[in-house]
Amino acid sequence: MSDAALDRQEPAARRRTARRRVPYPYTFYIPAGVIYAVMFLVPTIASFYFALTRWTLFDSHFIGFGNFVQFFREPFLVQGLVNTLIFGISTSALKVVLGLALAVLLTSRIPARGYLRAVIFFPVLVSFIGVGIIFVSLMHPTRGAINVTLETIGIDGPGWLTTPWLALYSVIIVDVWKGVGIATVIFIAGIASIPSDYYEAARIDGATKAQQFWRITLPLSRPATVTVITLSLIGGLRTFDLIWTMTGGGPGFSSDVVASIIYKQYQSGFYGLSTAGNVVLFLLIALVMVPLTTWMNRREIDI
Amino acid sequence: MEEEKTDMKTTFRRTGLALVALSAAAPAWAQDPVELTFLVDNGPPSVAQAEALAAAYTELNPHVTFDIELRVGSIDGDNLVKTRLATEEMADIFLYNSGSLFQALAPTRTIVELTDQPFLDVVSDSFEAVVTADGGVYGVPIGPGFAGGIMYNRAIYDELGLEVPLTWDDFMANNAAIDEAGYVPIAQTYGDTWSAQLLVLGDYFNVEADSPGFAERYTNNEAKFATDPAALRSFERLEEAYEAGYFNEDFGAATYDDGIRMIATGEAAHYPILSLAIDPIAEQYPDAVPDIGFFAQPGDDPDKNGLTIWLPNALYVPQASENIDEAVDFLAFVASQAGCQAQIDAGQVSGPYLIEGCQLPEDVPQATRDLVPYFNDSDLNLPALEFLSPVKGPALPQLTVEVGSGIRSAAEAAAIYDEDVKKAAQQLGLPNW
Repeated sequence: MSDAALDRQEPAARRRTARRRVPYPYTFYIPAGVIYAVMFLVPTIASFYFALTRWTLFDSHFIGFGNFVQFFREPFLVQGLVNTLIFGISTSALKVVLGLALAVLLTSRIPARGYLRAVIFFPVLVSFIGVGIIFVSLMHPTRGAINVTLETIGIDGPGWLTTPWLALYSVIIVDVWKGVGIATVIFIAGIASIPSDYYEAARIDGATKAQQFWRITLPLSRPATVTVITLSLIGGLRTFDLIWTMTGGGPGFSSDVVASIIYKQYQSGFYGLSTAGNVVLFLLIALVMVPLTTWMNRREIDI
Repeated sequence: MEEEKTDMKTTFRRTGLALVALSAAAPAWAQDPVELTFLVDNGPPSVAQAEALAAAYTELNPHVTFDIELRVGSIDGDNLVKTRLATEEMADIFLYNSGSLFQALAPTRTIVELTDQPFLDVVSDSFEAVVTADGGVYGVPIGPGFAGGIMYNRAIYDELGLEVPLTWDDFMANNAAIDEAGYVPIAQTYGDTWSAQLLVLGDYFNVEADSPGFAERYTNNEAKFATDPAALRSFERLEEAYEAGYFNEDFGAATYDDGIRMIATGEAAHYPILSLAIDPIAEQYPDAVPDIGFFAQPGDDPDKNGLTIWLPNALYVPQASENIDEAVDFLAFVASQAGCQAQIDAGQVSGPYLIEGCQLPEDVPQATRDLVPYFNDSDLNLPALEFLSPVKGPALPQLTVEVGSGIRSAAEAAAIYDEDVKKAAQQLGLPNW
C-alpha cells in the first residue's frame, strides 16, 4: 500500500496538465478511477483512521494517538529501527558494488558470458520463502552444510542464525546473494547503452582500463545506479519475508526489523497497533526515499 | 445478554438469524440430509479426533454428513478463526483453544451459548470454567487433557539409578549426574520458539503454591512477574538451567522434531514440553514409547509437588451457522461417553479425558499413565495461567528464548513481559489497566 501511494503521485500530476488537450470525455476515467479508489484510496484512508482506534475484528473504539504512543514504547522498536536501517543500507550498498562489478565482468569479452549471466540471475527467480528455508538448513550450527564444511578445514563455525549479533548479517548476506542478479541486469543494460565512441576515444588517448572504468563507465551508468539504489533501498527498508523465514526476528528480538515487529503485533491481534506501525513505516520510507531520489535525480552528469 | 444490547451493529441480525434457525429447523431436521462444515486445525491429533467423531456420529445419524476443513494452526490460525467469525463465514462447527484465546473471540456475540444444555452435566467443571464467558458456557472438549512438565527418558534414569525429582534442587542434581554420564541433561529447541516457554508455563503450579491467588491479582493488574518472587522464579529456573550449561549444543536452532528425536533415542534425558509430545514419539519411534515418562516440573517444596495441566481444545458453534440445531446435537455427542470412546478407539490416548465416566484403556503409553494420578486428585493439578486468566502476553516465546540463550537476564525479561501483558490486557479492554 505504501509503495503504491508513492508511485501514484506522478501520473496524477501529469493527468492535470494533459486535461485540456485530451478530446475524450472524463467518463472514460471512471473504470480506472473506481478500481483505484476501491483498491488503494479507501484502504489507505481507512488505515489512517484505524491506526487511531483499538479494534478487535468485532468492534473498535477511538483512542486517539494511543497506538502511536504504544508503538513507540515497544521495547525493541529502537533496535528494530536500527536493524532496518542497517539492513536497507548495507544490502543496497553491497548490491550496487557487487552488481556493478559483476556487470563490468559480464559485459567484457569472456567465455560463456550468456551462461554466467543466467547463473547470476537464477536466485532472483526463487521465492524468498524457499531461499530462506534452504539457508536455515545450510546455516544450522552443527548439522548445516556451511559449518560441516568449515569443520573439515578445522574451523569451528559460528551459529549463523543463533548468535544474536550475527543473525542479522547472515540474513543480509543471503539477501544480497538473492538480489544481486537484478542489480547486475540493470547495470548491464546501463553499461550496454554507453556509446562505444567514448571508449574508442579514451583508448586513442591512451587511457588504461581502470581509467576507462572510473571516468566513463561509472559516471555514465549513473541512471542505472540510481535505479538500483532506489529499488534495493525501498526493498531493504520494508524487508520482511527473508527475516521472517530465516530467524523470525530472533534469536529473541535481535534481528527484528520494523516490518517484523509490525507483523508480530498483527499476529497477536493488536490490529490497531499494527496499523499504526504500518503508518510509521510508510512515513519512514517516505522520509528516507523522497529526499534521496530527488537529490539523486537532480544531479547532472559531468564527464 | 446485557452486553448484546450495547453492540448495535450486528447483534440484532445474528440473534434474529439464530431464532429463525431454532424455530424453523426443529421439527423437520430428523429426515432432511444435512452436511455440516467442520473447521479444525491441521495438527495430526486434531484431524484424527475430528475424523473419528464425524464418522461415529454419521454412523448413528446417517442423514448428517461432515465436510472437514483444515486450517493452519498456532497464531496464524487465530487470525483466520477471528476473521471468519467476524465476517460470519465460520463453519457450522469449529475447533479452537479454550482459555485466554477463547476469550478473545468475543464469545457472547459470536458463539452459540450452551449453558442450559443437559449434555454438559458430564463435562468436568474444570473444563467448563475455561469455556465460560460472562457466566455462560460455550464449548465442549475435544481430545484429551494434557500437561506441561518434564518428559524424561526412563532408560537413562534406570541406567544412572536416578529418581523422579520432587524439588528443583533434586532436578538439577539429576542433571549434573546425567551430564557426567555424557547425555544431554535438558533438550531445548528454540528453532520452534513456542517450545522455549515450557519451563516458565509448566512452572505455574509452583507459582500458585508459593503465591496463592496470583492469577486473580495478575488479571486485576495487582501482581507482576517482575515483582512477585514466586512468578519471577519461573524465569530464574530457565536462567539457571542455561547457566549450568545443561542444554544440547544446537539448542538455538533445534526444532520440536529434534527434541522428539533426542528424548526418544536417549540422546537427551529431559525435555520440558507438553505431554502431547508422546503422540509423535509413538508415531516415529514406537519402540521408545515404554522408555518415555513424564513428571511435573518440580518446585522448591517437596510437599507441594503438582502438575500444571492444559485443558483440551473445544468445539464451538458460531451464531451465524445455518444449522445450529444439528451442530449442537453433534456437540452433545462429542461430550458423551460414546464420543469419548470414538476418540480413544482412534488412538487418541495422550492424556485423560474430561468427560465423566470416560476411562482410558489399560495399555496407554507410560507417559500418559504418569499423568493420571495428578489428574485424579484436584490438589495435585492446576491449570496453566492462560486458563486462569484471559491475559497472555504475545512476546513470551521470544523472551524465554532470550533468557534460555543467556541474551537477557530473568529479571529483565520478566519486567519486559509485564509490559507486554499490559498491552494484551488493554486490547481485551479489561478494567484496571
